[in-house]
Amino acid sequence: MSDPAVDPEEVRHVADLARVDLADDEIERFTEQFVDILDAFEALDDVPETEREADLSNVMRPDETRESLSQEEALQNASDTEEGQFKGPKVS
Amino acid sequence: MTAQASEARELAAVIGLEVHVQLETETKIFCGCSTDVADAEPNTHTCPVCLGLPGALPVVNEGAVEAAVKVGKAIDADIPEETTFHRKNYYYPDLPKNFQITQYDSPICQDGKLEFSVEGERRSVDIRRAHLEEDPGSIKHVREGSGPLESRTCSIERADYTLIDYNRAGTPLMEIVTEPDFRAPGEVRSFLEKLEEVLEYLGVFDATRDGSLRIDANLSMVDAGEVDDAGDIDESVLEDANRTEVKNISSHKGAEQALSFEASRQRKLIQSGRAVEQETRHFNETHGNTVSMRSKEEEKDYRYFREADLPPLRVSHWKDEVPIPELPDARRERFVTEYGLSEEAASKLTSTKQVADFFEDVAERFDANLAATWVADNLLGELNYRDMAITDIDDRFDEVTRLVELVAEDEITAKNAHETVLREMLDTGDDPDTVVDREGLGKTSGDEVQQAVVDAIDENPDAVEDYHNGEDGAINFLVGQVMQKTGGSADPGDVNGLLREELES
Repeated sequence: MSDPAVDPEEVRHVADLARVDLADDEIERFTEQFVDILDAFEALDDVPETEREADLSNVMRPDETRESLSQEEALQNASDTEEGQFKGPKVS
Repeated sequence: MTAQASEARELAAVIGLEVHVQLETETKIFCGCSTDVADAEPNTHTCPVCLGLPGALPVVNEGAVEAAVKVGKAIDADIPEETTFHRKNYYYPDLPKNFQITQYDSPICQDGKLEFSVEGERRSVDIRRAHLEEDPGSIKHVREGSGPLESRTCSIERADYTLIDYNRAGTPLMEIVTEPDFRAPGEVRSFLEKLEEVLEYLGVFDATRDGSLRIDANLSMVDAGEVDDAGDIDESVLEDANRTEVKNISSHKGAEQALSFEASRQRKLIQSGRAVEQETRHFNETHGNTVSMRSKEEEKDYRYFREADLPPLRVSHWKDEVPIPELPDARRERFVTEYGLSEEAASKLTSTKQVADFFEDVAERFDANLAATWVADNLLGELNYRDMAITDIDDRFDEVTRLVELVAEDEITAKNAHETVLREMLDTGDDPDTVVDREGLGKTSGDEVQQAVVDAIDENPDAVEDYHNGEDGAINFLVGQVMQKTGGSADPGDVNGLLREELES
């Protein structure tokens, strides 16, 4: 691979997309780590092709209602709730 | 594009649509939660799949795929041999998984078209693709405070926090993408009306469901001279024109309004020598305008990749196996040939499936012409006048049928039936027999009419003389006299005949 796979700008952009706030030193560190991680994945290029399971297709279920979770169950992992709804910070 | 020559330029709008429709299924697209969430408490129709809990696996709802195939048949699209699902990645709280399962490079419907008419002219718009995806949840923007929640929901800019209900998350959606074939906002409206009509005929769509139709529209302006006689425009011209995408449109009327605003906004910019910025804009229904929206993501930012939890679908043969009902165009043509109706009447009667079904029911019992007059003219006319829809009275079809029966059996006059009984039925909610009794509209019996005819002749010797002198107006005067005596309940045609008989004897 010739180009550097990841530059700091790209890390910043991906962090923005993921709504993750990174400090400058974190961006630097992640940039290096991303390069290492992607390099490590290159090992997959050397994996030989092997036999595999036949592809599945048309895995469907009938249009029949199944019981849903109760409101309490649905909300049990939420850090904050209000009137039966998940509560989170404002969005832009 | 240079500004100098722009002043006298004639411009033409180029419009394409992305229409999102909710498919009417019992359950969500990837789980068994019910889609019947209209009056439900928030977050009572969820499960690990539609909440995006770790380890939960989606399984495609056969009913949603069947509905998509029906749509494909109706718009004459190809159903490819293999169709797959992708993950569209973006972070927003309405999306519990942080990605939306949708289709990307192999949508279930490709290369279709839809014909519709606009101001009496037939138009056809090409549909590039239609694909399946899941609806996100519903978000409320809320201000802090002590009042009830409803009073604190507000615009996104003024909000302090967000509340999310995932009942809607996972409702099957079909996104229908047209080619940029529209040349005017009015065409868009007619197209949407036709699309909704077809979807309702197919039984895959419920227009009364809140949020069942959402539209994104893109619009650009090109030199009118670039549009050839067939309405086509060269690809390169389209690519050069800056276009805006207008989001947040939720009705036919809204689409026409938003695009009219956007077309005139762009026209003004270009004619004053300024450039149209390529951007996403938000339609504000209250103000009828569009405002610029900071758009953060480009297509590549969605990092689409195959949804490995969903094997591909191979359902092209369903096109032959899944039946669809007679569609509005075919039905309209049949109404013309089978019942001898005019194009106009047939169009009105096939505008919705409910109207067409009701017409056929009445036509079968009585007479096609009578049924056409009553359903297409009288009923739809009076509903329209009251800003009502056929769905507002669909539990009273038997009452309307009874009214037509009263006319068919000569119990009341057509005029009274329409102008008094039907109107009162709609205004008061009473059934036809009640109105007839209350207003004393039962047709006067033959003897009474005969007596009134004799009386009218005795009391008006001058008119009788005029009649014998060949003055045709005299008979009308006498008919009027008889109608007055019978309180309008006699049939004017019959009275005319009886008078002539009596006068000639």
